[in-house]
Formats: sequence, C-alpha cells, structure tokens
Amino acid sequence: MKQRKWRGTTLFLSILAVLGATFGLKFYSTGSQPIATTSQSAAGTGSTSTDSSGAAPSPSPSGTSAAAPAPSPSAAASTAVQTVTGNAVQTRFGNVQVKVTFSGKTITKIDVLQVPQESGRDQEIASYSVPILQQEVLQSQSARVDSVSGATYTSDGYLQSVQSAIDKLG
Amino acid sequence: MRYVETVMGLPISFDIRDEGDHRPAVDEAFGELRRADSIFSTYRPDTEISRLNRAELTLDAAGDQFIEVLSLAEKFSTVSGGAFTLHDADERWDLNGIVKGWAADQAAGVLRSHGLHNFCLNAGGDVIAAGHPEPGRPWNVGVRSPESPESMIAVVALTDMSVATSGSYERGRHIVDGRTRRPAHGLTSVSVISADLTVADVLATTVYAMGEVGVGWAAERYDCAVLAVTDAGDLLDGGDVRRWLAPAA
Repeated sequence: MKQRKWRGTTLFLSILAVLGATFGLKFYSTGSQPIATTSQSAAGTGSTSTDSSGAAPSPSPSGTSAAAPAPSPSAAASTAVQTVTGNAVQTRFGNVQVKVTFSGKTITKIDVLQVPQESGRDQEIASYSVPILQQEVLQSQSARVDSVSGATYTSDGYLQSVQSAIDKLG
Repeated sequence: MRYVETVMGLPISFDIRDEGDHRPAVDEAFGELRRADSIFSTYRPDTEISRLNRAELTLDAAGDQFIEVLSLAEKFSTVSGGAFTLHDADERWDLNGIVKGWAADQAAGVLRSHGLHNFCLNAGGDVIAAGHPEPGRPWNVGVRSPESPESMIAVVALTDMSVATSGSYERGRHIVDGRTRRPAHGLTSVSVISADLTVADVLATTVYAMGEVGVGWAAERYDCAVLAVTDAGDLLDGGDVRRWLAPAA
C-alpha cells in the first residue's frame, strides 16, 4: 500500500514538475521576454530537470537573466492568446506531456496530451492528479515569490539567482 | 525593510515586515552570524574549528557554542548511521552541514528578542519564514531548480516554518557520505521543510548523503517534508509536501 501511495504522489509531483518547469517558471524569469509560440515534439527528451531548460521555447535571455522575479507587463503580446506544447518528459511511470494556452502571461487552459496509461492504476492516478494539478499550477501562478531556497550559493550563483533579484527590489 | 550583507561567505538577507526601523536588531543579528563564522568557518585560519584541525586547540578547551553544535551534529550522525558526518573527506572537522542553519536560527532568535515576528531570513539559500509578509498571507518560498537559478521546481507557502536545500549544482559534489568517505551521489537537490531551520539544514545534508532512501527515512523520523530531485531528474517526496505547495493568492 505504501508503494502505491508513493507512486501516486511521485507521479503527481513528476507531472507538477513538468508543468511547473515548462511553463510556470517563465513567470519568474525576465518579464520582458515574450512567450514564444512553439510546437516542440521531441519525445522523451530525458529528465524532468533537463526539460526545464530544454523546453524553454525562446532563446535564453542573455546577460539580463537575473532580472525581476515578478512578472512585469510585457509590451508586446500582453494579451495575445498563444498555445505552447511542452516536451514529452519521461517519468518513472511513463511519458507526460502537456499543452498550455496563455492569454498574455496568464494560463487559461491546460490540456494533457500524454499521461502514463499502461495500467488501470496509472490511469486512476493520472485522472486524479491532473485536475488537481491544473488547479494548483493555476493557483501557484498567482503566488509571488518572496524568497528562494537553494543549495548554498557561490557569489556567482547568487548574482544569477532570483533571490538576488528579490533582494535588489529592496 | 530589506537588509543584505555577506557573512560566512554567504549573501544573507533579512526581509522584515514589522513596522519601524530595525537597524539595531539587524546589526545584532548579523553580529550573531559573524560570531558563528568566527567559531565554525573552515575557510578562516583563526576560528576554533581551524585551530582544532591544526591541533592547536583541544575539545576540552572549545567554547560552549562549539560543543552545543558538535553535540547536535553527533546526534544526527548517530541516527543516520554515520551518513551525516562531522568530518570532511580529509578527516578534518567540518560542521558546515549544520552551522548555516544553526547560525540563522540564532540570528532569527535575536530578531524575535527585539519583538519582531514578521520576517524572512535567507542565509545563502536556507530560509526562515516567520509570521507573514502581509496580513493573512504566508511567505511564498520558491525551491530552486537544480537546472537553473531562475527556475523553481515548486513554490511553498510557509508561516513560522523553515526550508533548507542541499545540492550539488552550486559547489559540486562537496557533501561526503560519512559511511563511505566519498562524495554522496544519487540526488542533485534535497529540500527539507521543518519548523526548525537547524533540523531542516542537517536533514537536507543527511538526506543528500544517504541518497534516495534518505527521503523516506527523514520523513518517517522527523516532523518534516522532503522534496528531492534524483540524478535522473525524477522528483521524490517524503512527508506531506503537497500540504506546503503555494495556495491560491
């Protein structure tokens, strides 16, 4: 029973990571970077964490990447509706892939394209996890980050970090 | 009011939301952190721990604070079967796995003794979230992605709680598994949420040293929640992590 409980929770968190890493994180990085429309379909691009950078559809903002953690109004595309399809990410239970619709920087819809379906139990977990997950991702989008926990910074690491930007806000 | 200084080689910030000018309290709190550094820093030659390592000082002559932290560290070393170690790979005393959390707890104690209740203390990535940033709202603390300092794997909402993170992405695989005396492997990031930052800090280091089995191990024995990322990029949870995920604003 414990194994099954873990499995559900782990899957849930895996899906959360896919969503969070792929989409939610945009809101903590440079506010001036418009969200590009893309349709990446590289299936099975490895780990969740690899995906967090690999799925970023637009070129990484050079130099200014330690900028404001809170979303700031984007001049362009502030209300444009765009759809972004994330990479399929391998979890220990199977692939997870989502499609997110943005209105400007607000997530308005999340479609789950792939969840593990090898067994009835997987489907049960996925059908349970995903709706809650959608809710929680939508909710966490509105959460402004006050501070950041991470492995002990080097000074370089600190200067590149969101925490540095937060501290600069005064 | 936000105050940032570098102490112990770490950027340390206090974000204080109680009304008023808290410079005296903050100065005293930073003083507490500097005092800890003057005892425990392995990077400075004049500290108690460095003198112990050069055999210029014996444990009998060590100060009360050194003994307090040492005793606490020994307890965790014992319960973890030696995974949490008090020594570095070269067998020198090294209490860095506990000192940061402990020192930050002391600093938070100073702020509380000045009547402050609503502040967020970030000591190089270890966070004490006291009270509220504004009435009715918890502190939202992002847990950094191992992949990027700009990305979060989760946002947790905390009131009078702490979160500490150990990982290999900033300083390499510097955490030693005391059982093998070799760099720990298996996890790239471990975050522990607990009421007490000292406990969170030690457990983050311990779980990192133990690898994947450490996640459930810590959650079963301590009142904490653990969120870890494996070398393969999978997320692992121990305890009730979801309880802390940021709610609707």
